[in-house]
Amino acid sequence: MQKETIPVIISTGSKKSIWLRISEQRQLIVLSFPFVILVLIFNYIPVWGWMLAFKNYNPGQGIWGSPWVGLDNFRELFADAEFYKSLKNTFAISFLKLIFNFFSTISLAVLLNEVKNILFKRTVQTISYLPHFVSWVVAANIVYMSLSPTDGIVNQVLLNLNLIDKPVPFMGVKEYFWWIVALSNVWKEVGWGTIIYLSAMTGIDPDLYEAAAIDGANRFQRIIHVTIPGIAPTVRILLILSIGWILSAGFEQVYLLMNPAVVDTATTLEIYTYNYAMKYFRYSYGTAIGIFNSAVSFVLIMVANYISKKISEEGIF
Amino acid sequence: MAKKRKGSPFKYGIWDFIFDILNHLFLIFLCVVTLYPFVNVIAISLNDATDAVRGGIYIWPREFSWRNFEVILTENKNIVQALKISALRALLGSALSVLSCLMVAYTLSRKDYIFRPVLTTFFVLTMYFSGGLIPTYLLIRYLGLINNFLVYIIPRLIAAFNIMIMRSYIETIPYSLVEAAKIDGASEYRILFTVIMPLSVPVLATILLYTAVGQWNSWFDTMLYCSSEPNLSTLQFELQKLLQAARTMSSSAMDVALGTTSAEQQTKAAVTPNSIRAAMTVIAVVPILFVYPFLQRYFIHGLTLGGVKG
Repeated sequence: MQKETIPVIISTGSKKSIWLRISEQRQLIVLSFPFVILVLIFNYIPVWGWMLAFKNYNPGQGIWGSPWVGLDNFRELFADAEFYKSLKNTFAISFLKLIFNFFSTISLAVLLNEVKNILFKRTVQTISYLPHFVSWVVAANIVYMSLSPTDGIVNQVLLNLNLIDKPVPFMGVKEYFWWIVALSNVWKEVGWGTIIYLSAMTGIDPDLYEAAAIDGANRFQRIIHVTIPGIAPTVRILLILSIGWILSAGFEQVYLLMNPAVVDTATTLEIYTYNYAMKYFRYSYGTAIGIFNSAVSFVLIMVANYISKKISEEGIF
Repeated sequence: MAKKRKGSPFKYGIWDFIFDILNHLFLIFLCVVTLYPFVNVIAISLNDATDAVRGGIYIWPREFSWRNFEVILTENKNIVQALKISALRALLGSALSVLSCLMVAYTLSRKDYIFRPVLTTFFVLTMYFSGGLIPTYLLIRYLGLINNFLVYIIPRLIAAFNIMIMRSYIETIPYSLVEAAKIDGASEYRILFTVIMPLSVPVLATILLYTAVGQWNSWFDTMLYCSSEPNLSTLQFELQKLLQAARTMSSSAMDVALGTTSAEQQTKAAVTPNSIRAAMTVIAVVPILFVYPFLQRYFIHGLTLGGVKG
């Protein structure tokens, strides 16, 4: 009923001259245009800053006055061994995070879905969502405390189980850093990540479970043949989206967890950019890395979407 | 449920029973792993600092003391100030952001608004690109927002995602209410604040809480834009600085373990900072625990709304 009145207004409105309509809607314009200007300044203008990558920015001459240098910054970037090292670290960290994250959230969602006691299920959910809401500063603190060689709980447990003879300084060993980042990410986000899968699972037709049971499928077979296929479309969409993020290993997390002993394995592209910008003040070079990052992410997400369309005739675009 | 029904095809055998037991045990273990670090840090923060150095504090303080909190909340001027700034930016930042997003969302919900299509695209596009660290930094510097409290508020006023969630919520409100108010001669501002806003309280509350938590948890903007102005420091940034000090120390402590340096002084210096760090961590988490029940009440709802949009 009410919705039908809307087209009437539009049709009478569109017959009026555009200036009359604008004048009639000036209050709506007053409500929205200040924020249009705000967004123009804070979201659109920085994109113009991308041209810095093709200049040699010099604070004295400003953005406009600095000389154009073409692709020099990119040439320098592709010739830098540090760049390739940070590229490798970025891929390794975000790949591990992606695998661990998908495996842990899907498993936890399946296990939670098998719990019949609503109160118990709610309690587990409430507790497991909590770390999502604390900052990475707090989470990094917790990681350092838990892994401390002097009285960290992880070392205490491993010592008591006789798995190690003496405490391991986990945060100071560069070979462990990738795994610590991936696992601490699981600790923080696993509960939160289940929400979307659990809501996908509520959409699965209960008749399917019943039909499977009639055909003699036991509980594990029902999980494998009903639950997992039921959430497959959700998994696929999330996977495509996260492939677009493969070049961002999570600046805050890595920055807060790294320390001088592990720079070799902890310097990701974002850390590399940050160092060039804020320590060496090479703004143009830093911007070039940012553009490289965006371009690769764009290509990756397009490729992932294309492959998904080929395999399952479903993509997100 | 289903298994109790007569003639149900679901058989509940011994393996199902074993699975249920193991599943429950595992989930309890998960909860312990999630909660233990928080309990541990509370225990350390409530323990006497010099006693805590001996280690071995797990879930309960050995020598109970409020001293660490006293130092943070009354004696250390920097931290008291940082706490004030954190609270201020969380309250002010979230309230102003919700108000701004609501104003935009209302205009975008109006199907007769002449700029609706172009502005919708204009705002939605901002979710898919960003200028990146350096251009944004240069812009902030150019606008004179370095070492300025407004840098916490103004760049964060508009969040396209929140606008879209609010817009789809407002669109569920019967349009006849707006029309009726118009016939009574109400202005758009009046319609927004006396008709739309009271009816949108659930979605506004959700977004307010999320934005406030986001503001409270921020530290990177403080480091980037306000690190040379101690009066504008935030709790998270102070905590980050302590963490960084402890981080570099732990690597030198490792040097000690490897026999490369003798840094007895450094371990001594680490004594109080560790307890202060624990107490600050508790203070950083407590407000979140406080709003958590409200966050939880709404977040599934908020997430579904977000899903509708996509």
